[in-house]
Amino acid sequence: MSWSRRQRLRLVRGGVYAATITALVLILLVVDWGALGGALFKWGIVKDQFPDILTTALRNTVIFTIFGFAGGLSLGLLLAIMRLSGVRPYRWFAATYIEVLRGIPLLVTLLILGFGIPIATGWKWPNPYIQGSVPLALVAGAYIAETVRAGIEAVPRGQMEAARSLGMSYSRAMATIIIPQAFRIIVPPLTNEFVLLIKDTSLISVLGVTASTLDLARFGRNGVNDTANATPLVVAGLVYLALTVPLTQLAAWMERRSKAGRR
Amino acid sequence: MDGTAFEGRPALSEPLVRIEALHKRFGSNHVLCGIDLYVTRGEVVCIIGPSGSGKSTLLRCVNMLETPSDGRVFVDGIELTDPDCDLDRARTSTGMVFQSFNLFAHMSVLDNITIALRKVLRQDRSAAEAKAQKLLTRVGLAEKATAYPAQLSGGQQQRVAIARALAMEPKVMLFDEATSALDPELVGDVLRVMRELAEEGMTMLVVTHEMDFARGVADRVVFMDSGAVVEEGHPDQVIGNPREERTKRFLANVRKRD
Repeated sequence: MSWSRRQRLRLVRGGVYAATITALVLILLVVDWGALGGALFKWGIVKDQFPDILTTALRNTVIFTIFGFAGGLSLGLLLAIMRLSGVRPYRWFAATYIEVLRGIPLLVTLLILGFGIPIATGWKWPNPYIQGSVPLALVAGAYIAETVRAGIEAVPRGQMEAARSLGMSYSRAMATIIIPQAFRIIVPPLTNEFVLLIKDTSLISVLGVTASTLDLARFGRNGVNDTANATPLVVAGLVYLALTVPLTQLAAWMERRSKAGRR
Repeated sequence: MDGTAFEGRPALSEPLVRIEALHKRFGSNHVLCGIDLYVTRGEVVCIIGPSGSGKSTLLRCVNMLETPSDGRVFVDGIELTDPDCDLDRARTSTGMVFQSFNLFAHMSVLDNITIALRKVLRQDRSAAEAKAQKLLTRVGLAEKATAYPAQLSGGQQQRVAIARALAMEPKVMLFDEATSALDPELVGDVLRVMRELAEEGMTMLVVTHEMDFARGVADRVVFMDSGAVVEEGHPDQVIGNPREERTKRFLANVRKRD
């Protein structure tokens, strides 16, 4: 006998539910929850993380992120304008820069710039914040440049033509007409770039840190070494989430709103 | 200084817009094949013709939004096709109105009209806004100064676009199918503003599909096809009693559509 399409679907779905529930029950029975909780979220250790995780680690993560983003945004804007320029060497330079820095892992770029340059030239980074933020900004600039370029290209061509027909120069039209509209379009993706940057700051500690320049990830890792317990990393992860989730939600909300606003 | 007196100051008989042997190619596509056209001061010239005939491209060559492949364009005695020409400055004497309005979407109506006055002509804000208010009254939108383009109908947007172009006090206004994107019931308001402008003596070069407007307002009608001027003359002649076969066919098609 043959079953209808709907009956077959119902059977498959029922099977998937049954398998999922069985797996969950097995996990609940097999795992030693007490031991797990003790290793990942021990309340005494959680409390010990405060207030330093906020006053030092979170503060440093925010500083690295803001420096990196400010630098990356300025550089990204410049690169995007060069990428769209009529001058071939500018276009070529921007395209190469973007390709190269997006093609190398951030960790490698950090090590090359943070360690390699001082070894090669004898020049020393003036302070650890600059040593960490500058490579971060240089890489963020490459990613942000592509976002900004997409934004500029999304502004209708007629806007530039209308501006030029009123006697504005190309650069004035860019500055007063095109770029303000481009930024409205790219606020949601830029917010997502910002979130990526928050997480990327966790790599900066490979350049070596002092007690005062610890970021969230390194703070958690040091805590693990001190306590022989994974709780400090879990707490650090939660602090990251407290930063990133509201921002991604904000970006999603702005994106929905701008979609609804477009008639 | 050689013998040419009034260097840079055209004689009164010099047409305001003069186009000589204009060619435009897009790759292998020859869009304009040697156009000669002039517009004298205060004259309203309507360009008609089938789509793809090159009439919009021609208009866009007058303020160099399109760069001609060959030929010369003069506006008010200044050669825009001269490589040394300061185009930004020259463009302040031509106002352009686009089919798709192209109002600046992130600015209020008032800012749309004043931005070029402030940034290009360096007028202070209060003077620019007073002028904008006057122009808005003239196009019948005095109460819309603080609105944003998205809050306006197409016809209102186009009238703001006309006010924006007029604010620069151009010597000639270029209209590129200004009513083609409008719902039929909104066309009349825009055409009325254009007609008033013509009556006030504004020099106008108008690409249009509105035969009644061309017939009623134009001093001269130019019929273009395949990148060339086929026929030109008084509207009663070109539209009312065309000589050329292609003009007759085009007008017959337009009437069939209406």
